[in-house]
Amino acid sequence: MNSKFQNAALSTALALIGVGLFFLLWLALNRFAPDLPTPTSTWQGARIYIVEPFAYRGEQDQGLLSLTSKSLILVAKGYFIALLIGAPIGFCLGLSKNFTRTFDPIVQVLRPVSPLAWFPLGMVLFLGTGGQALEYGALFTIAVCAMWPTVLNTAVGVRAIPQDYLNVGRVLRLSKTKMLFKIMVPATLPYMFTGFRLSLGIAWLVIVAVEMLTGKVGIGQFIQDAYMNANYGNIIVGILTIGIVGYILDRLMSVVEARFKTA
Amino acid sequence: MSFLELKHVSKSFGGHAVLKDVNLSLIEGEFVAIVGYSGHGKTTLMSLIAGLTRPDSGEIILEGKPITGPGPDRGLVFQNYSLLPWLTVGENIALAVDSVFPALSPEERAAKVDKHIAMVKLSHAKDRLPRQLSGGMRQRVSVARTLAINPRILLLDEPLSALDALTRANLQDEISQIWQADKKTVVLITNSVDEALLLADRVIPLTLGPGATLAAPITVDLPRPRDRIALNHEPEFKRLRAQITEQLLGYSAARRTHVSRKLVLPDILPEDLDHPRVNRPPRRLSEEKRELISQS
Ligand SMILES: Nc1ncnc2c1ncn2[C@@H]1O[C@H](COP(=O)(O)OP(=O)(O)OP(=O)(O)O)[C@@H](O)[C@H]1O
Ligand SMILES: [Mg+2]
Repeated sequence: MNSKFQNAALSTALALIGVGLFFLLWLALNRFAPDLPTPTSTWQGARIYIVEPFAYRGEQDQGLLSLTSKSLILVAKGYFIALLIGAPIGFCLGLSKNFTRTFDPIVQVLRPVSPLAWFPLGMVLFLGTGGQALEYGALFTIAVCAMWPTVLNTAVGVRAIPQDYLNVGRVLRLSKTKMLFKIMVPATLPYMFTGFRLSLGIAWLVIVAVEMLTGKVGIGQFIQDAYMNANYGNIIVGILTIGIVGYILDRLMSVVEARFKTA
Repeated sequence: MSFLELKHVSKSFGGHAVLKDVNLSLIEGEFVAIVGYSGHGKTTLMSLIAGLTRPDSGEIILEGKPITGPGPDRGLVFQNYSLLPWLTVGENIALAVDSVFPALSPEERAAKVDKHIAMVKLSHAKDRLPRQLSGGMRQRVSVARTLAINPRILLLDEPLSALDALTRANLQDEISQIWQADKKTVVLITNSVDEALLLADRVIPLTLGPGATLAAPITVDLPRPRDRIALNHEPEFKRLRAQITEQLLGYSAARRTHVSRKLVLPDILPEDLDHPRVNRPPRRLSEEKRELISQS
Protein backbone atom coordinates (compact mmCIF):
# COMPACT_ATOMS: atom_id res chain seq x y z
CA MET A 1 0.00 0.00 0.00
CA ASN A 2 2.68 2.40 1.10
CA SER A 3 4.97 1.53 -1.80
CA LYS A 4 2.01 1.89 -4.14
CA PHE A 5 1.45 5.41 -2.83
CA GLN A 6 5.14 6.23 -3.15
CA ASN A 7 5.10 4.95 -6.68
CA ALA A 8 2.16 7.16 -7.60
CA ALA A 9 3.81 10.16 -5.96
CA LEU A 10 7.01 9.51 -7.86
CA SER A 11 5.12 9.20 -11.16
CA THR A 12 3.30 12.47 -10.56
CA ALA A 13 6.47 14.28 -9.54
CA LEU A 14 8.38 13.09 -12.59
CA ALA A 15 5.47 13.97 -14.87
CA LEU A 16 5.43 17.49 -13.41
CA ILE A 17 9.16 17.75 -13.96
CA GLY A 18 8.54 16.76 -17.58
CA VAL A 19 5.99 19.55 -17.97
CA GLY A 20 8.42 21.98 -16.37
CA LEU A 21 11.17 20.97 -18.79
CA PHE A 22 8.73 21.43 -21.64
CA PHE A 23 8.13 25.04 -20.61
CA LEU A 24 11.87 25.61 -20.18
CA LEU A 25 12.43 24.37 -23.71
CA TRP A 26 9.67 26.64 -24.89
CA LEU A 27 11.31 29.64 -23.22
CA ALA A 28 14.65 28.67 -24.71
CA LEU A 29 13.10 28.48 -28.16
CA ASN A 30 11.70 31.99 -27.68
CA ARG A 31 15.27 33.28 -27.82
CA PHE A 32 15.93 31.78 -31.24
CA ALA A 33 12.50 32.29 -32.81
CA PRO A 34 11.34 35.82 -31.99
CA ASP A 35 7.96 35.22 -33.67
CA LEU A 36 7.18 32.31 -31.39
CA PRO A 37 4.92 33.62 -28.62
CA THR A 38 6.06 33.15 -25.05
CA PRO A 39 3.99 31.03 -22.64
CA THR A 40 2.59 34.21 -21.05
CA SER A 41 1.52 35.84 -24.27
CA THR A 42 0.08 32.55 -25.44
CA TRP A 43 -2.02 32.34 -22.29
CA GLN A 44 -3.23 35.89 -22.69
CA GLY A 45 -4.18 35.38 -26.32
CA ALA A 46 -5.96 32.08 -25.71
CA ARG A 47 -7.50 32.82 -22.33
CA ILE A 48 -10.92 33.59 -23.66
CA TYR A 49 -11.09 30.27 -25.54
CA ILE A 50 -10.03 28.32 -22.48
CA VAL A 51 -11.98 29.95 -19.66
CA GLU A 52 -15.18 30.02 -21.73
CA PRO A 53 -14.77 26.66 -23.43
CA PHE A 54 -18.34 26.45 -24.72
CA ALA A 55 -18.81 30.09 -25.71
CA TYR A 56 -20.35 30.80 -29.11
CA ARG A 57 -19.45 34.23 -30.40
CA GLY A 58 -19.97 33.40 -34.04
CA GLU A 59 -19.23 30.47 -36.32
CA GLN A 60 -15.51 31.26 -36.50
CA ASP A 61 -15.20 32.36 -32.90
CA GLN A 62 -16.04 29.66 -30.38
CA GLY A 63 -14.64 28.24 -27.18
CA LEU A 64 -12.10 25.41 -27.45
CA LEU A 65 -14.35 22.60 -26.27
CA SER A 66 -17.12 23.78 -28.51
CA LEU A 67 -14.73 23.50 -31.47
CA THR A 68 -13.40 20.19 -30.23
CA SER A 69 -16.88 18.74 -30.00
CA LYS A 70 -17.52 19.72 -33.64
CA SER A 71 -14.33 17.93 -34.65
CA LEU A 72 -15.19 14.94 -32.51
CA ILE A 73 -18.56 14.55 -34.17
CA LEU A 74 -16.99 14.50 -37.61
CA VAL A 75 -14.34 12.07 -36.42
CA ALA A 76 -16.95 9.83 -34.86
CA LYS A 77 -18.90 9.58 -38.10
CA GLY A 78 -15.83 8.83 -40.20
CA TYR A 79 -14.53 6.43 -37.57
CA PHE A 80 -17.70 4.36 -37.50
CA ILE A 81 -17.69 4.13 -41.27
CA ALA A 82 -14.09 2.93 -41.00
CA LEU A 83 -15.08 0.23 -38.51
CA LEU A 84 -18.12 -0.87 -40.49
CA ILE A 85 -16.03 -1.30 -43.61
CA GLY A 86 -12.75 -2.32 -42.02
CA ALA A 87 -13.90 -5.13 -39.74
CA PRO A 88 -15.64 -7.18 -42.47
CA ILE A 89 -12.71 -6.70 -44.84
CA GLY A 90 -10.41 -7.86 -42.06
CA PHE A 91 -12.60 -10.92 -41.53
CA CYS A 92 -12.46 -11.82 -45.21
CA LEU A 93 -8.68 -11.36 -45.22
CA GLY A 94 -8.35 -13.58 -42.16
CA LEU A 95 -10.71 -16.27 -43.43
CA SER A 96 -9.69 -16.73 -47.02
CA LYS A 97 -6.22 -17.25 -48.30
CA ASN A 98 -7.32 -16.39 -51.81
CA PHE A 99 -9.02 -13.21 -50.67
CA THR A 100 -5.73 -12.27 -49.02
CA ARG A 101 -3.78 -13.09 -52.16
CA THR A 102 -6.15 -10.95 -54.18
CA PHE A 103 -6.49 -7.90 -51.97
CA ASP A 104 -3.51 -7.81 -49.65
CA PRO A 105 -1.27 -6.08 -52.24
CA ILE A 106 -3.92 -3.39 -52.71
CA VAL A 107 -4.25 -2.94 -48.95
CA GLN A 108 -0.51 -2.63 -48.55
CA VAL A 109 -0.32 -0.04 -51.34
CA LEU A 110 -3.22 2.10 -50.12
CA ARG A 111 -2.33 1.93 -46.44
CA PRO A 112 0.55 4.45 -46.38
CA VAL A 113 -1.28 7.10 -48.45
CA SER A 114 -1.63 10.42 -46.61
CA PRO A 115 -5.03 12.02 -45.89
CA LEU A 116 -3.87 15.04 -47.87
CA ALA A 117 -3.74 12.80 -50.92
CA TRP A 118 -7.09 11.11 -50.26
CA PHE A 119 -9.07 14.26 -49.76
CA PRO A 120 -9.09 15.56 -53.35
CA LEU A 121 -10.17 12.13 -54.53
CA GLY A 122 -12.96 12.16 -51.96
CA MET A 123 -14.12 15.51 -53.27
CA VAL A 124 -14.11 14.24 -56.84
CA LEU A 125 -16.08 11.17 -55.81
CA PHE A 126 -18.82 13.22 -54.16
CA LEU A 127 -18.88 16.25 -56.44
CA GLY A 128 -22.27 15.09 -57.68
CA THR A 129 -23.77 15.61 -54.23
CA GLY A 130 -23.32 19.38 -54.55
CA GLY A 131 -23.37 21.13 -51.21
CA GLN A 132 -22.71 17.93 -49.27
CA ALA A 133 -19.49 17.19 -51.15
CA LEU A 134 -17.28 18.73 -48.47
CA GLU A 135 -18.87 16.69 -45.69
CA TYR A 136 -18.75 13.44 -47.66
CA GLY A 137 -15.23 14.12 -48.86
CA ALA A 138 -14.16 14.68 -45.27
CA LEU A 139 -15.84 11.49 -44.04
CA PHE A 140 -14.33 9.54 -46.94
CA THR A 141 -10.86 10.77 -46.05
CA ILE A 142 -11.21 9.97 -42.36
CA ALA A 143 -12.70 6.53 -43.02
CA VAL A 144 -10.17 5.50 -45.65
CA CYS A 145 -7.22 6.59 -43.55
CA ALA A 146 -8.49 5.20 -40.26
CA MET A 147 -9.66 1.77 -41.35
CA TRP A 148 -6.34 0.04 -41.96
CA PRO A 149 -5.41 -0.86 -38.38
CA THR A 150 -8.89 -2.35 -37.97
CA VAL A 151 -8.54 -4.30 -41.21
CA LEU A 152 -5.12 -5.69 -40.37
CA ASN A 153 -5.73 -6.45 -36.70
CA THR A 154 -9.03 -8.16 -37.45
CA ALA A 155 -7.31 -10.30 -40.07
CA VAL A 156 -4.59 -11.29 -37.61
CA GLY A 157 -7.22 -12.03 -34.97
CA VAL A 158 -9.20 -14.29 -37.28
CA ARG A 159 -6.09 -16.22 -38.21
CA ALA A 160 -5.29 -16.60 -34.50
CA ILE A 161 -8.61 -18.18 -33.52
CA PRO A 162 -7.65 -21.37 -31.67
CA GLN A 163 -8.56 -24.46 -33.66
CA ASP A 164 -10.16 -25.89 -30.51
CA TYR A 165 -12.87 -23.23 -30.50
CA LEU A 166 -13.64 -23.96 -34.12
CA ASN A 167 -13.71 -27.67 -33.34
CA VAL A 168 -16.31 -27.05 -30.62
CA GLY A 169 -18.47 -25.42 -33.27
CA ARG A 170 -17.86 -28.21 -35.74
CA VAL A 171 -18.79 -30.95 -33.28
CA LEU A 172 -22.03 -29.09 -32.50
CA ARG A 173 -22.61 -28.59 -36.23
CA LEU A 174 -23.24 -24.89 -35.76
CA SER A 175 -24.67 -23.09 -38.75
CA LYS A 176 -22.38 -20.71 -40.66
CA THR A 177 -23.91 -17.62 -39.07
CA LYS A 178 -23.80 -19.10 -35.56
CA MET A 179 -20.21 -20.14 -36.12
CA LEU A 180 -19.41 -16.57 -37.14
CA PHE A 181 -21.24 -14.71 -34.41
CA LYS A 182 -21.02 -17.18 -31.53
CA ILE A 183 -17.43 -18.27 -32.00
CA MET A 184 -15.36 -16.39 -34.55
CA VAL A 185 -16.36 -12.81 -33.75
CA PRO A 186 -16.04 -13.17 -29.96
CA ALA A 187 -12.72 -14.96 -30.38
CA THR A 188 -11.47 -12.12 -32.58
CA LEU A 189 -12.80 -9.24 -30.49
CA PRO A 190 -9.64 -8.62 -28.45
CA TYR A 191 -7.66 -8.17 -31.65
CA MET A 192 -10.43 -6.10 -33.22
CA PHE A 193 -10.41 -3.72 -30.29
CA THR A 194 -6.70 -3.20 -30.62
CA GLY A 195 -7.42 -2.24 -34.22
CA PHE A 196 -10.31 -0.02 -33.16
CA ARG A 197 -8.07 1.85 -30.74
CA LEU A 198 -5.35 2.44 -33.32
CA SER A 199 -7.97 3.45 -35.89
CA LEU A 200 -9.40 6.04 -33.54
CA GLY A 201 -5.94 7.48 -33.07
CA ILE A 202 -5.54 7.86 -36.82
CA ALA A 203 -9.03 9.29 -37.29
CA TRP A 204 -8.19 11.96 -34.74
CA LEU A 205 -4.85 12.58 -36.44
CA VAL A 206 -6.55 13.06 -39.79
CA ILE A 207 -9.16 15.53 -38.58
CA VAL A 208 -6.78 18.50 -38.56
CA ALA A 209 -5.75 17.96 -42.16
CA VAL A 210 -9.36 17.46 -43.19
CA GLU A 211 -10.54 20.64 -41.50
CA MET A 212 -7.70 22.65 -42.95
CA LEU A 213 -8.62 21.39 -46.41
CA THR A 214 -12.37 21.79 -46.09
CA GLY A 215 -12.51 24.89 -43.95
CA LYS A 216 -15.03 23.10 -41.74
CA VAL A 217 -15.21 24.66 -38.29
CA GLY A 218 -13.34 22.69 -35.66
CA ILE A 219 -10.11 22.40 -33.76
CA GLY A 220 -8.04 21.97 -36.92
CA GLN A 221 -9.62 25.04 -38.46
CA PHE A 222 -8.83 26.90 -35.23
CA ILE A 223 -5.13 26.33 -35.87
CA GLN A 224 -5.44 27.33 -39.50
CA ASP A 225 -7.25 30.54 -38.47
CA ALA A 226 -4.63 31.30 -35.86
CA TYR A 227 -1.93 30.98 -38.48
CA MET A 228 -3.76 33.15 -41.01
CA ASN A 229 -4.50 35.86 -38.44
CA ALA A 230 -0.99 35.71 -36.98
CA ASN A 231 -2.36 34.63 -33.56
CA TYR A 232 0.56 32.28 -33.26
CA GLY A 233 -0.08 31.49 -29.62
CA ASN A 234 -3.36 29.82 -30.56
CA ILE A 235 -1.49 27.37 -32.78
CA ILE A 236 0.22 26.03 -29.69
CA VAL A 237 -3.03 25.97 -27.75
CA GLY A 238 -4.66 24.07 -30.61
CA ILE A 239 -1.85 21.55 -30.72
CA LEU A 240 -2.06 20.96 -26.98
CA THR A 241 -5.84 20.55 -27.17
CA ILE A 242 -5.56 18.00 -29.98
CA GLY A 243 -2.89 16.12 -28.06
CA ILE A 244 -4.83 16.02 -24.82
CA VAL A 245 -8.07 14.94 -26.51
CA GLY A 246 -6.20 12.27 -28.45
CA TYR A 247 -4.62 11.01 -25.25
CA ILE A 248 -7.99 10.85 -23.49
CA LEU A 249 -9.56 8.97 -26.42
CA ASP A 250 -6.71 6.48 -26.39
CA ARG A 251 -7.06 5.90 -22.65
CA LEU A 252 -10.80 5.37 -22.97
CA MET A 253 -10.30 2.85 -25.76
CA SER A 254 -7.65 1.06 -23.72
CA VAL A 255 -10.16 0.58 -20.95
CA VAL A 256 -12.69 -0.88 -23.36
CA GLU A 257 -10.00 -2.99 -24.96
CA ALA A 258 -8.94 -4.43 -21.62
CA ARG A 259 -12.54 -5.42 -20.90
CA PHE A 260 -12.60 -7.59 -24.00
CA LYS A 261 -9.37 -9.40 -23.25
CA THR A 262 -11.10 -12.70 -22.62
CA ALA A 263 -8.59 -15.43 -23.20
CA MET B 1 -22.62 -56.18 -34.85
CA SER B 2 -20.09 -53.76 -33.52
CA PHE B 3 -21.21 -50.30 -32.54
CA LEU B 4 -18.04 -48.47 -33.49
CA GLU B 5 -15.50 -49.97 -35.82
CA LEU B 6 -12.14 -48.75 -37.07
CA LYS B 7 -10.75 -50.70 -40.01
CA HIS B 8 -7.12 -50.31 -41.07
CA VAL B 9 -7.09 -46.63 -40.19
CA SER B 10 -3.87 -44.75 -40.92
CA LYS B 11 -3.03 -41.10 -40.50
CA SER B 12 0.11 -39.11 -41.08
CA PHE B 13 0.89 -35.42 -40.85
CA GLY B 14 3.23 -34.10 -43.50
CA GLY B 15 4.94 -37.43 -44.15
CA HIS B 16 5.20 -38.21 -40.42
CA ALA B 17 3.17 -41.36 -39.84
CA VAL B 18 1.27 -40.95 -36.58
CA LEU B 19 -1.16 -43.86 -36.70
CA LYS B 20 -0.79 -46.93 -38.85
CA ASP B 21 -3.30 -49.69 -39.46
CA VAL B 22 -5.42 -49.09 -36.37
CA ASN B 23 -8.22 -51.58 -35.84
CA LEU B 24 -10.83 -51.31 -33.14
CA SER B 25 -14.26 -52.74 -32.52
CA LEU B 26 -16.62 -51.67 -29.75
CA ILE B 27 -19.99 -53.09 -28.78
CA GLU B 28 -22.77 -50.81 -27.57
CA GLY B 29 -22.57 -49.80 -23.92
CA GLU B 30 -18.96 -50.78 -23.60
CA PHE B 31 -16.36 -48.70 -21.77
CA VAL B 32 -13.01 -48.93 -23.46
CA ALA B 33 -9.84 -47.25 -22.24
CA ILE B 34 -6.88 -46.58 -24.50
CA VAL B 35 -3.58 -46.10 -22.68
CA GLY B 36 -0.47 -44.80 -24.29
CA TYR B 37 2.49 -42.51 -24.11
CA SER B 38 2.22 -38.78 -24.57
CA GLY B 39 2.65 -37.49 -28.08
CA HIS B 40 2.03 -40.76 -29.87
CA GLY B 41 -1.29 -40.20 -31.52
CA LYS B 42 -3.97 -40.54 -28.84
CA THR B 43 -5.58 -37.19 -29.61
CA THR B 44 -5.19 -37.90 -33.30
CA LEU B 45 -7.14 -41.12 -32.84
CA MET B 46 -9.90 -39.24 -31.02
CA SER B 47 -10.07 -36.55 -33.70
CA LEU B 48 -10.47 -39.27 -36.30
CA ILE B 49 -13.38 -40.86 -34.46
CA ALA B 50 -14.89 -37.44 -33.81
CA GLY B 51 -14.60 -36.70 -37.53
CA LEU B 52 -12.53 -33.59 -37.00
CA THR B 53 -9.76 -35.08 -39.14
CA ARG B 54 -10.08 -37.55 -41.98
CA PRO B 55 -7.97 -40.71 -42.09
CA ASP B 56 -5.51 -41.10 -44.96
CA SER B 57 -6.75 -44.62 -45.44
CA GLY B 58 -9.13 -47.01 -43.75
CA GLU B 59 -12.67 -46.65 -42.52
CA ILE B 60 -14.44 -45.59 -39.36
CA ILE B 61 -17.96 -46.88 -38.97
CA LEU B 62 -20.45 -45.87 -36.29
CA GLU B 63 -23.66 -47.88 -36.10
CA GLY B 64 -23.23 -49.12 -39.64
CA LYS B 65 -22.64 -45.69 -41.16
CA PRO B 66 -19.19 -44.44 -42.17
CA ILE B 67 -18.06 -41.27 -40.42
CA THR B 68 -17.51 -38.41 -42.82
CA GLY B 69 -17.39 -35.38 -40.51
CA PRO B 70 -17.95 -34.14 -36.99
CA GLY B 71 -21.35 -34.34 -35.38
CA PRO B 72 -23.12 -34.24 -32.03
CA ASP B 73 -23.74 -38.01 -32.05
CA ARG B 74 -20.12 -38.29 -30.89
CA GLY B 75 -19.60 -36.27 -27.74
CA LEU B 76 -15.96 -35.28 -27.55
CA VAL B 77 -14.55 -34.03 -24.28
CA PHE B 78 -11.47 -32.14 -25.39
CA GLN B 79 -8.14 -32.69 -23.72
CA ASN B 80 -7.85 -28.96 -22.93
CA TYR B 81 -11.53 -28.43 -21.97
CA SER B 82 -12.09 -26.04 -24.89
CA LEU B 83 -14.69 -23.98 -23.11
CA LEU B 84 -15.40 -20.71 -24.85
CA PRO B 85 -13.82 -18.12 -22.54
CA TRP B 86 -16.33 -15.36 -23.32
CA LEU B 87 -19.32 -17.47 -22.26
CA THR B 88 -20.31 -18.37 -18.71
CA VAL B 89 -20.67 -21.97 -17.60
CA GLY B 90 -24.39 -21.84 -18.30
CA GLU B 91 -23.94 -20.17 -21.67
CA ASN B 92 -21.30 -22.66 -22.77
CA ILE B 93 -23.68 -25.53 -22.12
CA ALA B 94 -26.64 -23.62 -23.52
CA LEU B 95 -24.81 -23.05 -26.79
CA ALA B 96 -24.46 -26.81 -27.15
CA VAL B 97 -28.01 -27.58 -26.08
CA ASP B 98 -29.55 -24.88 -28.26
CA SER B 99 -27.78 -25.99 -31.38
CA VAL B 100 -28.40 -29.71 -30.91
CA PHE B 101 -32.04 -29.51 -29.77
CA PRO B 102 -33.54 -26.66 -31.79
CA ALA B 103 -36.96 -28.34 -31.64
CA LEU B 104 -37.28 -28.09 -27.86
CA SER B 105 -38.96 -25.11 -26.24
CA PRO B 106 -36.70 -22.54 -24.56
CA GLU B 107 -37.90 -23.73 -21.13
CA GLU B 108 -37.07 -27.34 -21.90
CA ARG B 109 -33.65 -26.34 -23.11
CA ALA B 110 -32.99 -24.23 -20.02
CA ALA B 111 -34.05 -27.16 -17.86
CA LYS B 112 -31.64 -29.43 -19.72
CA VAL B 113 -28.81 -26.99 -19.12
CA ASP B 114 -29.58 -26.74 -15.41
CA LYS B 115 -29.90 -30.49 -15.06
CA HIS B 116 -26.49 -31.13 -16.49
CA ILE B 117 -24.83 -28.39 -14.50
CA ALA B 118 -26.31 -29.96 -11.40
CA MET B 119 -25.13 -33.38 -12.52
CA VAL B 120 -21.52 -32.25 -12.27
CA LYS B 121 -22.27 -30.34 -9.04
CA LEU B 122 -21.61 -26.87 -10.40
CA SER B 123 -24.99 -25.18 -9.95
CA HIS B 124 -23.36 -22.53 -7.77
CA ALA B 125 -20.94 -21.62 -10.56
CA LYS B 126 -23.43 -21.35 -13.40
CA ASP B 127 -22.81 -17.65 -14.03
CA ARG B 128 -19.05 -17.76 -13.77
CA LEU B 129 -16.66 -17.45 -16.67
CA PRO B 130 -14.28 -20.34 -17.33
CA ARG B 131 -11.29 -18.32 -16.18
CA GLN B 132 -12.92 -18.02 -12.77
CA LEU B 133 -12.99 -21.81 -12.39
CA SER B 134 -10.36 -24.29 -11.27
CA GLY B 135 -9.05 -26.86 -13.72
CA GLY B 136 -11.23 -29.59 -12.27
CA MET B 137 -14.33 -27.44 -12.46
CA ARG B 138 -13.61 -26.58 -16.07
CA GLN B 139 -13.25 -30.22 -16.88
CA ARG B 140 -16.60 -30.93 -15.25
CA VAL B 141 -18.23 -28.19 -17.31
CA SER B 142 -16.70 -29.75 -20.38
CA VAL B 143 -18.13 -33.15 -19.42
CA ALA B 144 -21.52 -31.60 -18.67
CA ARG B 145 -21.56 -29.85 -22.04
CA THR B 146 -20.90 -33.14 -23.76
CA LEU B 147 -23.45 -35.11 -21.75
CA ALA B 148 -26.05 -32.42 -22.36
CA ILE B 149 -26.12 -33.07 -26.10
CA ASN B 150 -26.87 -36.72 -25.34
CA PRO B 151 -24.35 -38.25 -27.75
CA ARG B 152 -24.48 -41.90 -28.83
CA ILE B 153 -20.87 -42.32 -27.80
CA LEU B 154 -18.64 -40.43 -25.40
CA LEU B 155 -15.08 -39.69 -26.44
CA LEU B 156 -13.01 -38.63 -23.44
CA ASP B 157 -9.54 -37.41 -24.40
CA GLU B 158 -7.41 -37.51 -21.26
CA PRO B 159 -10.11 -35.64 -19.39
CA LEU B 160 -8.32 -35.90 -16.06
CA SER B 161 -4.63 -35.81 -16.92
CA ALA B 162 -4.14 -32.16 -16.09
CA LEU B 163 -5.63 -32.49 -12.61
CA ASP B 164 -4.17 -33.17 -9.20
CA ALA B 165 -4.52 -36.68 -7.80
CA LEU B 166 -7.40 -35.93 -5.41
CA THR B 167 -9.54 -34.06 -7.93
CA ARG B 168 -8.72 -36.74 -10.39
CA ALA B 169 -9.98 -39.47 -8.08
CA ASN B 170 -13.18 -37.54 -7.46
CA LEU B 171 -13.86 -37.06 -11.13
CA GLN B 172 -13.07 -40.68 -11.86
CA ASP B 173 -15.82 -41.63 -9.46
CA GLU B 174 -18.19 -39.13 -11.07
CA ILE B 175 -17.47 -40.47 -14.54
CA SER B 176 -17.95 -43.99 -13.25
CA GLN B 177 -21.32 -43.10 -11.71
CA ILE B 178 -22.50 -41.29 -14.81
CA TRP B 179 -21.55 -44.25 -16.96
CA GLN B 180 -23.24 -46.76 -14.67
CA ALA B 181 -26.36 -44.62 -14.74
CA ASP B 182 -26.97 -44.74 -18.47
CA LYS B 183 -24.43 -47.17 -19.90
CA LYS B 184 -23.27 -45.06 -22.79
CA THR B 185 -20.54 -46.36 -25.01
CA VAL B 186 -17.34 -44.66 -23.91
CA VAL B 187 -13.85 -44.39 -25.33
CA LEU B 188 -11.54 -43.01 -22.66
CA ILE B 189 -8.01 -41.98 -23.46
CA THR B 190 -5.68 -41.92 -20.52
CA ASN B 191 -2.05 -42.15 -19.55
CA SER B 192 -2.88 -43.86 -16.26
CA VAL B 193 -3.16 -47.63 -16.11
CA ASP B 194 -4.93 -47.42 -12.74
CA GLU B 195 -7.55 -45.08 -14.15
CA ALA B 196 -8.09 -47.39 -17.10
CA LEU B 197 -8.52 -50.42 -14.86
CA LEU B 198 -10.84 -48.57 -12.49
CA LEU B 199 -13.23 -47.51 -15.22
CA ALA B 200 -13.00 -49.70 -18.29
CA ASP B 201 -14.34 -53.02 -19.52
CA ARG B 202 -11.40 -53.35 -21.82
CA VAL B 203 -8.00 -51.67 -21.87
CA ILE B 204 -6.15 -51.25 -25.15
CA PRO B 205 -2.53 -50.13 -25.15
CA LEU B 206 -1.38 -47.84 -27.93
CA THR B 207 2.09 -48.73 -29.17
CA LEU B 208 4.76 -46.11 -29.74
CA GLY B 209 4.84 -44.03 -32.91
CA PRO B 210 5.78 -43.27 -35.58
CA GLY B 211 3.07 -45.42 -36.98
CA ALA B 212 1.50 -46.24 -33.63
CA THR B 213 -1.26 -48.81 -33.55
CA LEU B 214 -3.56 -50.44 -31.02
CA ALA B 215 -2.30 -53.58 -29.34
CA ALA B 216 -4.55 -56.52 -28.45
CA PRO B 217 -7.30 -55.50 -26.01
CA ILE B 218 -7.07 -56.69 -22.42
CA THR B 219 -10.38 -57.56 -20.82
CA VAL B 220 -10.85 -56.22 -17.30
CA ASP B 221 -12.93 -58.74 -15.43
CA LEU B 222 -13.27 -56.88 -12.18
CA PRO B 223 -16.66 -56.66 -10.49
CA ARG B 224 -18.47 -53.32 -10.47
CA PRO B 225 -18.89 -50.96 -8.79
CA ARG B 226 -15.14 -50.84 -8.37
CA ASP B 227 -13.78 -49.30 -5.23
CA ARG B 228 -10.38 -47.75 -5.69
CA ILE B 229 -9.16 -48.76 -2.26
CA ALA B 230 -10.43 -52.32 -2.30
CA LEU B 231 -9.15 -52.67 -5.83
CA ASN B 232 -5.58 -52.21 -4.64
CA HIS B 233 -5.75 -55.50 -2.80
CA GLU B 234 -7.45 -57.41 -5.58
CA PRO B 235 -4.99 -59.95 -7.08
CA GLU B 236 -6.62 -59.72 -10.52
CA PHE B 237 -6.20 -55.92 -10.49
CA LYS B 238 -2.56 -56.25 -9.53
CA ARG B 239 -1.98 -58.82 -12.24
CA LEU B 240 -3.62 -56.68 -14.93
CA ARG B 241 -1.79 -53.59 -13.84
CA ALA B 242 1.55 -55.37 -13.94
CA GLN B 243 0.74 -56.89 -17.31
CA ILE B 244 -0.30 -53.60 -18.96
CA THR B 245 2.48 -51.59 -17.38
CA GLU B 246 5.04 -54.13 -18.51
CA GLN B 247 3.61 -54.13 -21.98
CA LEU B 248 3.81 -50.32 -22.16
CA LEU B 249 7.33 -50.25 -20.73
CA GLY B 250 8.26 -52.94 -23.23
CA TYR B 251 7.46 -50.55 -26.06
CA SER B 252 9.85 -47.93 -24.84
CA ALA B 253 12.53 -50.50 -23.99
CA ALA B 254 12.31 -51.75 -27.55
CA ARG B 255 12.49 -48.12 -28.66
CA ARG B 256 15.73 -47.60 -26.71
CA THR B 257 17.56 -50.49 -28.38
CA HIS B 258 16.20 -49.22 -31.65
CA VAL B 259 17.71 -45.83 -31.00
CA SER B 260 21.09 -47.24 -29.97
CA ARG B 261 21.20 -49.22 -33.18
CA LYS B 262 20.56 -46.01 -35.07
CA LEU B 263 23.54 -44.41 -33.36
CA VAL B 264 26.08 -46.78 -34.97
CA LEU B 265 28.85 -44.65 -36.45
CA PRO B 266 29.05 -44.31 -40.21
CA ASP B 267 31.47 -46.65 -41.83
CA ILE B 268 33.87 -44.00 -43.05
CA LEU B 269 37.15 -42.57 -41.76
CA PRO B 270 38.23 -38.94 -41.58
CA GLU B 271 40.28 -37.78 -44.53
CA ASP B 272 43.91 -36.76 -44.13
CA LEU B 273 43.96 -33.19 -45.42
CA ASP B 274 47.66 -33.34 -46.28
CA HIS B 275 46.86 -36.07 -48.81
CA PRO B 276 43.69 -34.92 -50.50
CA ARG B 277 41.42 -37.58 -51.92
CA VAL B 278 41.77 -37.65 -55.71
CA ASN B 279 40.54 -40.65 -57.68
CA ARG B 280 40.46 -42.71 -54.52
CA PRO B 281 37.44 -44.08 -52.70
CA PRO B 282 36.86 -42.86 -49.11
CA ARG B 283 38.56 -44.93 -46.46
CA ARG B 284 36.19 -47.21 -44.59
CA LEU B 285 36.56 -48.50 -41.08
CA SER B 286 35.61 -52.01 -42.10
CA GLU B 287 38.16 -52.12 -44.88
CA GLU B 288 40.96 -50.65 -42.75
CA LYS B 289 40.47 -53.45 -40.26
CA ARG B 290 40.69 -56.08 -42.93
CA GLU B 291 43.89 -54.49 -44.16
CA LEU B 292 45.43 -54.65 -40.71
CA ILE B 293 44.54 -58.30 -40.37
CA SER B 294 46.07 -59.17 -43.70
CA GLN B 295 49.26 -57.33 -42.77
CA SER B 296 49.90 -59.22 -39.60
N1 LIG C 1 -2.52 -31.13 -36.95
C1 LIG C 1 -1.30 -31.69 -36.87
N2 LIG C 1 -0.35 -31.36 -37.74
C2 LIG C 1 0.88 -31.92 -37.68
N3 LIG C 1 1.23 -32.82 -36.76
C3 LIG C 1 0.32 -33.19 -35.86
C4 LIG C 1 -0.99 -32.65 -35.86
N4 LIG C 1 -1.68 -33.21 -34.84
C5 LIG C 1 -0.82 -34.05 -34.24
N5 LIG C 1 0.38 -34.05 -34.83
C6 LIG C 1 1.54 -34.87 -34.45
O1 LIG C 1 1.09 -36.17 -34.22
C7 LIG C 1 1.73 -36.74 -33.11
C8 LIG C 1 0.69 -37.25 -32.13
O2 LIG C 1 -0.04 -36.16 -31.61
P1 LIG C 1 -1.26 -36.36 -30.62
O3 LIG C 1 -1.77 -35.03 -30.27
O4 LIG C 1 -2.22 -37.30 -31.25
O5 LIG C 1 -0.55 -37.04 -29.39
P2 LIG C 1 -1.20 -37.47 -27.98
O6 LIG C 1 -0.92 -38.90 -27.82
O7 LIG C 1 -2.57 -37.02 -27.89
O8 LIG C 1 -0.27 -36.66 -26.98
P3 LIG C 1 -0.65 -36.07 -25.54
O9 LIG C 1 -0.67 -37.21 -24.58
O10 LIG C 1 0.49 -35.14 -25.25
O11 LIG C 1 -1.95 -35.39 -25.68
C9 LIG C 1 2.64 -35.67 -32.53
O12 LIG C 1 3.97 -35.95 -32.94
C10 LIG C 1 2.16 -34.41 -33.15
O13 LIG C 1 3.23 -33.55 -33.38
MG1 LIG D 1 -3.56 -35.72 -26.68
